[in-house]
Parts: sequence; structure tokens; C-alpha cells
Amino acid sequence: MLIEKTTRAALIAALALATAAAWPRAASAETVLRIGMTAADIPRTLGQPDQGFEGNRFTGLTMYDALTMWDLSSADKPSVVIPGLATEWKVDDADKTKWTFKLRPGVTFHDGSPFNADAVIWNVEKVLKQDAPQFDASQVGVTASRMPTLASAKKIDDMTVELTTKEPDSFLPINLTNLFMASSAKWQALYDKAEGADAKAKSQAAWAAFAKDASGTGPWKMSSFTPRERLELARNASYWDKARVPKVDKMVLLPMPEANARTAALLSGQVDWVEAPAPDALPEIKQRGFVLYTNEEPHVWPWQFSRVEGSPWNDIRVRKAANLCVDREGLKDGLLAGLMVPASGTFEPGHPWRGNPSFQIKYDKPAAQKLMQEAGYGPNKKLTVKVQTSASGSGQMLPLPMNEYLQQALAECYFDVQLDVIEWNTLFTNWRRGVKDPSANGSNATNVTYAAMDPFFALVRFLQSGMAPPVSNNWGFINNPKFDELVKKARQTFDPAARDTALAELHAASVDDAAFLYVAHDVAPRAMSPKVKGFVQPKSWFVDFSPVSMVQ
Amino acid sequence: MLAYIARRIVYVIPIVISVALVCFLLVHITPGDPLVAVLPADASQELAAQLRAAYGFDRPLPVQFGLWLLRALHGDLGNSIATGRPVLAEVMRAVGNTVTLAIAAAIIGFTMGILLGLIAGYFRETWIDKLATSFAIAGVSVPHYWLGMLLVIIFSVELNWLPAVGAGPGGSGAWAWDWAHLQYLVLPAITTSVIPMGIVTRTVRALTGDILSQDFVEALRAKGLRETGVFRHVIKNAAPTALAVMGLQLGYMLGGSILIETVFSWPGSGFLLNSAIFQRDLPLLQGTILVLALFFVFLNLLVDIAQAAIDPRIKRG
Repeated sequence: MLIEKTTRAALIAALALATAAAWPRAASAETVLRIGMTAADIPRTLGQPDQGFEGNRFTGLTMYDALTMWDLSSADKPSVVIPGLATEWKVDDADKTKWTFKLRPGVTFHDGSPFNADAVIWNVEKVLKQDAPQFDASQVGVTASRMPTLASAKKIDDMTVELTTKEPDSFLPINLTNLFMASSAKWQALYDKAEGADAKAKSQAAWAAFAKDASGTGPWKMSSFTPRERLELARNASYWDKARVPKVDKMVLLPMPEANARTAALLSGQVDWVEAPAPDALPEIKQRGFVLYTNEEPHVWPWQFSRVEGSPWNDIRVRKAANLCVDREGLKDGLLAGLMVPASGTFEPGHPWRGNPSFQIKYDKPAAQKLMQEAGYGPNKKLTVKVQTSASGSGQMLPLPMNEYLQQALAECYFDVQLDVIEWNTLFTNWRRGVKDPSANGSNATNVTYAAMDPFFALVRFLQSGMAPPVSNNWGFINNPKFDELVKKARQTFDPAARDTALAELHAASVDDAAFLYVAHDVAPRAMSPKVKGFVQPKSWFVDFSPVSMVQ
Repeated sequence: MLAYIARRIVYVIPIVISVALVCFLLVHITPGDPLVAVLPADASQELAAQLRAAYGFDRPLPVQFGLWLLRALHGDLGNSIATGRPVLAEVMRAVGNTVTLAIAAAIIGFTMGILLGLIAGYFRETWIDKLATSFAIAGVSVPHYWLGMLLVIIFSVELNWLPAVGAGPGGSGAWAWDWAHLQYLVLPAITTSVIPMGIVTRTVRALTGDILSQDFVEALRAKGLRETGVFRHVIKNAAPTALAVMGLQLGYMLGGSILIETVFSWPGSGFLLNSAIFQRDLPLLQGTILVLALFFVFLNLLVDIAQAAIDPRIKRG
């Protein structure tokens, strides 16, 4: 009896001790969100990420802020530009190339240095002023091309800057979402300590050191970094936007370029979230209780037509027929297992830049056949067209099967589609060279997908005649005075609502002209553990990690 | 012996220069823009020219090669275009991870290969031989990336015994030789080991069978030597060829496997090459290929020397 009592007392004491020991740990348990990215390497961490918008998503918008930012709070509404490190901005009434930006007070970088006008000028000059000590060629390409008209920055006072553009450009506030503010104080300290034969070498060394110990103003701070393997970010509890202080303590980003590896890591509990899971594993992912998120992305999977002399696509009836001959719903439900949104233009209804096109892009085979017959083609006289595409590539979805689907669909409307399949980087390079270059290899359409986040990338670079190669991506040399006029109007309309109306007019005109064969929008699938809560997938390439929480 | 080693080292010099030239040319003559990692296709012509000059891609190809080779001889393989980090440091870190994987795979593959080969060779034309040979054929024939995925599905997804991807809970930078880290090595090492296991099994089986049928073995037995003693002679005679095969296999494994390292997200040289290819990061690609090729050259040199040390007939040739 005595032994029994002693044992029970010992057990109770042990239990109490164990509970006491476990209690503080449970109370302060660190919450960690682990994400498997599709990137093969951690995107650059020094402020201007590489690897396209996936880079911006993970190492841009997390650690850094820009003067203007995207609203990522809604899954239903289009993502629009909102104030970021600038609280307000306006263009000069007399000189439309000059803009005044008022900066957000009380913001500090992760290293404690203040964000002010000097920091803005320093960051503009890191990519635009070649003789500035902090000028870094490796950051120029991914930044300057995304804000093509920005020329310089000038300090008005500590919290006001003046930005100057090469020509009047109402898109500037949108373009500035791509210029992330890195800490000049932190960089200068690293520069002072850096070793190098000359100022350029010291600057490179300082940027290399900065990339390992980055400092921005974003909601996440760099915690530890192993190149090519993992980046750990810790919550920035003193983030200036209290509503966006991260809910989890730590976020771990892991590069996993192989879709099956990402999926296995999720299913085995090694990560909590994967980007783009293996498509054929989606039923199993759902069946095991994981959650799949998708939403329409500002992305277009098109055929861009050649419009040079002799191109069969110069006939609008042919362009419209191609757009009417594709059963996009069939493509979505069959080949892509639901992972696409049928495209009826660059922007879908509900988007502020959609407009009201009179040509409705839909599946109407009889109408397509009629248009082709009017254009002089038929079952016995097929129109041969050749499209250049790739077997894989960023944003290309399933390029070969999708093009074969189009090949079969268009055959019913008297098209004989030939595919010229080349390597992705080569296709991308040829895109820039244009249809007149020998690299086009006789093709009269190209299949390069594009991001449609801002007006320049979504419309201007393709539709404006001045953007023909080698200037930009008007691959097919579209030369439509109406487009040129509407681009000019949109760029010179500075009231945001009126600018959006002008952009909607431009978009509607491009749809009415069947400028492209519009096929699909990607839906950015991502799968998550049921422990992940609070995630909102916006209609954007970007997401906000701040509201995400983890339940135990 | 010293003269033989010196001669072999002299042979290495033209090979190294040829390797450097070939790897430089291979990555430069492929189509596409070398600045694709830092220059979007929508960049202006002026910006493209500015960056081309900044990275030295506006210079003639022979000048670019000369400058690169000169820097390489000083141990500087340049900086990665995509990350800005020094190529040599990137490559050495990745090679270190691949060496860890290759050694683990070699231990598994060579041990299994030698054992199965000896057993199959000794029991030739019996069911034991057929079983061991079946293992060898399966090892050589099964696509290793498929096997990797299969192992992940079984041991990571279904049984949850081993991690599916990565090189340790804190990455390879925090690697330690304890179970918490070694468990990350198990599946990639087994996957990497199956091909060498198959090849070594077949080689050792053929050698063992061949040697056992030679007259001197009969003589040894006739002199009353026990089977273990006979076997010692068989192993000694099979060793030079088996060693050469294992050296080559180790070389292949040290080169890293793009497929296996990608399937397991193992941060080795194959994973690095994959990334360099997809980002078209020329300095990184050139540097990685050069370092791996040099590994191969020097490993072959070591194997040649080891063979000469074991078999005196070789150095006489």
C-alpha cells in the first residue's frame, strides 16, 4: 500500500514537473512556415531579385518595400497599386515629366537606419547612375527595364523627392512597384569594410556582403541564408504597417525545382506549402486533406502574330477565325485538369483595364469556318501557319501539348499548323529579335507567355509600333496608328481613373483587332497543409505572407 | 615508378587545356543570350549594350577565352551572372556536397557490387549467380531518377521514415555526422549507388569466373591451398581491373547526377549545373564543367598510378 502511494506520488510529481517544464516552451513555441519554391536557387536577396516575379514574390516583397505597392488583400478584386513607402504622389502641372512623392514618416530599415529622401535617391541611382559608387550592373537589367522612363531623382526635403521621367508617363507609379528600397546605411558600412583593388571591386564586394545580410523595410527580416539551399526570414515585429506584421515567427524558403520532389516534400510533411505541385498529383493532394489554391493570374498564354508584309495573319478575318476556333473550356477541363482560365483578351471582365471590346472571343467553330471561307480558305485550301514554341519554360504551362491541341482545333478551321520547337532561352532571345530576324526560322507566330501586371508589360511593349525589335517585344511589328494614339493618350493621362479608362480603350481595341490568339491565363496553383490558415490568393503574381498563420 | 608518374602528369597538361577550351566553346556556341539571367527580353537595346559591355560579352571570343583562362589559372573562375557570387566558392561548396553523396553511394554500391560479383562468379551458372546477376541487371537498367521517386513515395510519403528532399534540417552548411543529418543522405545515396553496384557486380563476376577457370588456380588447389587462400589469389588478380572500373564509377558519381540531385534537391554539383543551365549562367556553367572535368582527369591519374602500384606490368608498358 505504501509502495503504491509512493509510486502514485512520484508519478504525480513527475507529471507536474513535466507539465511545468513543457509549459513555457508551449507558450513560446516558435511558429515556422516552410515553403517549397519552384526556383532552383534562392532569388537574389540584395533588393532587386532575379528569377522574374517569383523572385519578387519571395525575396523582394518580403524583405523590402517600394514607394508604391500592390494591394494583395483580396482574392476577388483585381490587384491595384496602393501607397507603399510613399504616401502620396502627383505629377507637376506645368511639366509632366516631374513627379513629387511624399514619403512615409517613421519608417526604419531593419538595421535601424531611417528611410528618407536620401535613401530613395540612393536606390534610384543604384540602377540608373553609372558613376554612383553603389551602381550595380547586375541589378540594372531586372529593374531599369521595368521602369523604362525613369531618368533621375532629386531631394526636395527629408521626406519629399522629385522623380523625373524621360517623357510624360502616367505609368510611373505602377512601374515603381519594381524598385525596392535597400538600406544605404547598411551598404555603406559594408562598403567601408570591403576589400577590393578599386571602387568597383569594393562596390561588388559590398553588394555580395549585403546579399548575405540584407536590410530593407519589409515585413520580414533576413535571419539566415545558405545559398542555393534555404533562406530563413524572421517576422519584423516593428513593421510600419501594423496590419501586415507577420503572424508566424519564421518563414523558411527552400528551392525545389522538381515538381514531384516538391509534392513529396509536402505530402511527407517536410514543408507546409508548395508552389505549383505536380499536376497529376492534385487528386491525391486533395484526398490527403491538403488544400489547393488557385486564382486567375495576370498572365497570358498567347500566339503573337507576325504582321510583316506577306504574313497570313495580316487578314483580320484569319486572326478572328483562329480566336473563334479554339475550345478553351475543353482545353481547361481536359488537358489542364482545370488549371487555367480561358482567355478572352489580356484582361478579363472585372479588370479596370478590360474595356468593352465588341469582338467576343469565344468558341464558335461555324463562325470561324465562315470567316476563313470569306478569306479564301476551305477544306481543300488550307492556310499553312508556323508557330515557334518551346518544350518547357517559365510561365509556358504545357507548351507542347497545348500547341498540339491548338493544331488539332485549328485544323477544323482550315489551318495547317506547323510547330517549330526550340529551347526556352533561345525562344526568349528570338522573341526580342523579332520576326524579321533569321532566328524566326520562317515562323509567322511565336508562343511566349507574358506577365500582365502593368500597362507597359501587358500592352504597350506589344502594341506600340515604336516597340518593334530591337527596342522591345513587338515581335510581329504591329503598326496600328490607333494603338499608337491610344498608348500616347494613356501615358499622358495623369488622373488615375481617366488613365485606366484610356488603358481599357487600348485593350478593347487590341481585342477588336484580334491582335493575338488569346488562349489561357495561368492560375498559379499552390498546395498547402491544412495547418496553414489565413492565406488569400490574390489575382496577382505576388502574395502577402503576413496574414498567414500556422495551427498546431 | 617516379618516371611513370611524371610522364602521366605531363600528359595531363594538354588534356586540361583542351578541356578548358572545349567547355568554354560549348557554352558560348549554344544559341541564346548569355545575359538572360539579368536582362529581361523587354530590356531596351541601350540597356542590353550597356550590360553586355559591363560583363565583357562585347569582346571577341578569343579575348574572352584568354582572359577567362588567365583568371582561372589564378584560381578565379569569375562571378555568377545570376547571383553575383564567386563561381569557385559556389562550385566547391556544391562539389563538397556531391563528394559526401558519392562516398556514401560508393560505400553502398561497391560493397554490394563486390560481394554480389564474387558470389555470382564463384557460383557461376547456378541459381545464386542468376539471382545476383538479376540484381546487377536491374541496377544498371532501372532509370535512377524513377527509382529515386519510387523510394521517396515509399519511405517518405507513405511510411514517413526518411526525409524526401534536402541536405539536413538546417541545410548542408550546418551538416553534422549524426542521424538527424545522415537520414537525409540515405535515399539519394541508395539511388546513386544502384548503377555502380550493377556495373561492379558484372565486372567482378566476369573477372572471378575468368580467373577461377585459369590453370594457376587448379595448380593452387593441387598444391593443397584451401579455398580461402585460392580466393585471396582470385581477388588479387581481379583487383586492378575492378579498381579501374570503380575509379571510373567514382568519377561519374563525383561528377554529380543532375537527375538524382534535382529529384532530392541535394545541393551538389548536378543541382548546381541544372540551375546554371536553366539560368544560362555562363561563368557558373563553365566553372562547374571545368572543375568537374578536372576532377575526372585527376581521378583517372590517381587510378592509373594506383593500378601501376598494384600491377608492376603496367608501369613497364
